[in-house]
Amino acid sequence: MLSIKNLHASIQDKEILKGINLEVKAGEVHAIMGPNGSGKSTLSNVLAGREEYEVTEGSVDFEGADLLDLAPEDRAKEGLFLAFQYPVEIPGVSNINFLKTAINEKREYHKQEPATAKEFLGMVKEKSALVELDSKLASRSVNEGFSGGEKKRNEIFQMAMLEPKLSILDETDSGLDIDALRIVANGVNKLKSENNATVVITHYQRLLDYIVPDFVHVLYNGKIVKSGTKELALELEEKGYDWIKEEVNA
Amino acid sequence: MAYTEDDLEKELENQEYKYGFTTDIESDKIPVGINEDVVRLISSKKNEPQWMLDYRLKAFAVWKDMVEPEWAHVNYPKVKFQELSYYSAPKAQGEKKWEDIDPEMKATMDKLGISMDEQKALSGVAVDFVFDSVSVKTSFQDKLGDLGIIFCSFSEAVQNHPELVKKYMGTIVPTTDNFYAALNSAVFSDGSFCYIPKGVRCPMELSTYFRINEANTGQFERTLVVADEDSYVSYLEGCTAPARDENQLHAAIVELIAMDGAEIKYSTVQNWYPGDEDGKGGIYNFVTKRGICHNNAKISWTQVETGSAVTWKYPSCILKGDNSIGEFYSVAVTNNHQQADTGTKMIHLGKNTKSTIISKGISAGYSNNSYRGLVQINKNASNARNFTQCDSLLMGDQCGAHTFPYIEAKNSTAKIEHEATTSKIGEDQIFYCNQRGINTEKAINLIVNGYCKEVLNKLPMEFAVEAQKLLEISLEGSVG
Repeated sequence: MLSIKNLHASIQDKEILKGINLEVKAGEVHAIMGPNGSGKSTLSNVLAGREEYEVTEGSVDFEGADLLDLAPEDRAKEGLFLAFQYPVEIPGVSNINFLKTAINEKREYHKQEPATAKEFLGMVKEKSALVELDSKLASRSVNEGFSGGEKKRNEIFQMAMLEPKLSILDETDSGLDIDALRIVANGVNKLKSENNATVVITHYQRLLDYIVPDFVHVLYNGKIVKSGTKELALELEEKGYDWIKEEVNA
Repeated sequence: MAYTEDDLEKELENQEYKYGFTTDIESDKIPVGINEDVVRLISSKKNEPQWMLDYRLKAFAVWKDMVEPEWAHVNYPKVKFQELSYYSAPKAQGEKKWEDIDPEMKATMDKLGISMDEQKALSGVAVDFVFDSVSVKTSFQDKLGDLGIIFCSFSEAVQNHPELVKKYMGTIVPTTDNFYAALNSAVFSDGSFCYIPKGVRCPMELSTYFRINEANTGQFERTLVVADEDSYVSYLEGCTAPARDENQLHAAIVELIAMDGAEIKYSTVQNWYPGDEDGKGGIYNFVTKRGICHNNAKISWTQVETGSAVTWKYPSCILKGDNSIGEFYSVAVTNNHQQADTGTKMIHLGKNTKSTIISKGISAGYSNNSYRGLVQINKNASNARNFTQCDSLLMGDQCGAHTFPYIEAKNSTAKIEHEATTSKIGEDQIFYCNQRGINTEKAINLIVNGYCKEVLNKLPMEFAVEAQKLLEISLEGSVG
């Protein structure tokens, strides 16, 4: 589904990603871990198409298309979803209106009829239940006045509504208490299928107790320096990152 | 990445002013220049009574000695008052029957989307159509007449209801008020007049549509709305002008009078030609709008300002009566080289008076957008309250947003709140929308509409939709 080859990217001439290689297949869950400043968020931003980042080398193939060649909105419409680490507030624009616009843009792109009001509201009801999102939040302005937990749940709600092929969760666990974490993780698990894939970016093993990864990668200094299964995450939790840094620097 | 040069170019084409056409119609236009004879000529063309002429001459005498105000935060070449024509009327004005109206004029109304045909009118909106210096047609007069409501052109009111005009005209905006008001009082040509009798709730929206067609003509119209005790009226005003290279002048006066317990809702969607993207041409919009509230009365101004090269306008409320309420809701958009200096004055005289000001400025391109407001609580206005919220949104890095709030409180029981924010449309917000599959242009529309929602919600339904579209057109291509 996603094939990243030798990806280099920089911001303001400072190279952050220094040759990333990663293969993600349908039905898989990948976790990317790593110390602060290793390039985790840069990777998710580059994949989503944030303009401040410049890709200097490498390629990204997404479902047979050259991802880096697509505008950010087209990447989204092709099925790439980023759950933001810091979801953005849009005052005065209701969550419902925002999602309706997004869904109909996607439908238009795939030459489908726009969703009818009934169809749309049915989806809202079904999907908001997945993340136990209060239906009142659906009619409030996008993320405005939401608590940290509500914002993260709203991200997963949007993900459920848009039914992406590949979801990247950028530190979705940060700022969540244990109950909210469970709700968010349950939502993600319920959305998992044979046909979609998830990349979870996180600092902590904690989230991986709920969203169990097939693969764990350690990102350090702009490169994936170690890959393994979920046991690697447990080892990191126990020993920290220093031993990996030592291995790399040795 | 999201934008190619081609996309941008296409949008800029689309963004052109849709109402820039001219109507090819024979007109009766008086020679350029202004002096006492011109004032007399206008008055005689309109077959006015002596008292009206005297009013004009007095105003002209005042104007001659006045100087153009320069305190506004706008910058434009001086208007050459002797090079303007002060009166232009489509020829062959006879009976104002629909059948008799020039087909060219009908076509113009069609293009502007004004429905005069009462049978075909979709919504219950009565319209007075003012073309250059005269009112062409007012619809639904009979139906309104049954309720005792007078809705007609200003000229008709002078002829048919002189007692009302004499009693109220100039009581809110006196001839001496300011430079443009004095000029208007001397040479005004037409406008709308509306009187709602005691206890009557006007069943439909009343509307005036202003159109400047002739080149080098000033449009000077006046609107006078009198809502008698416990009555209610909602009034709409729309305006457009052809795209011309020269600047055209529009100096209007609007006076609102809300008697005890009355309520007037006055909404404007101002879409005068803003000039081209280099700032050439466009309307100078210098307007004096003011209303007075007697006891328990309420006046609510709502404006969406997207047009004009230069706007100088401060719809105000004099809260004279106890428990009276004044409201001002404004969205002002400037793009390219447009300049707007707009805001309101809330003069609290009565006890327990309340005012609310919500101003949303949006600046793009090389434009300058200023909010200028005065909240004045006078000595006897005990327990007066004001809430002001004044937000500015910047798009791009070449435009300016300025706020000049003045607060004068002479009564210690006054409660005044002022909130102000300045923000840029965030890259973050746009990227967030992009990531959900919404392109940048649509994202900006969403964000801007969200930002203006509090004001747009105050507009009557059909107008709100129009205003929303207008915002989109005005800002198209402003972020690349």
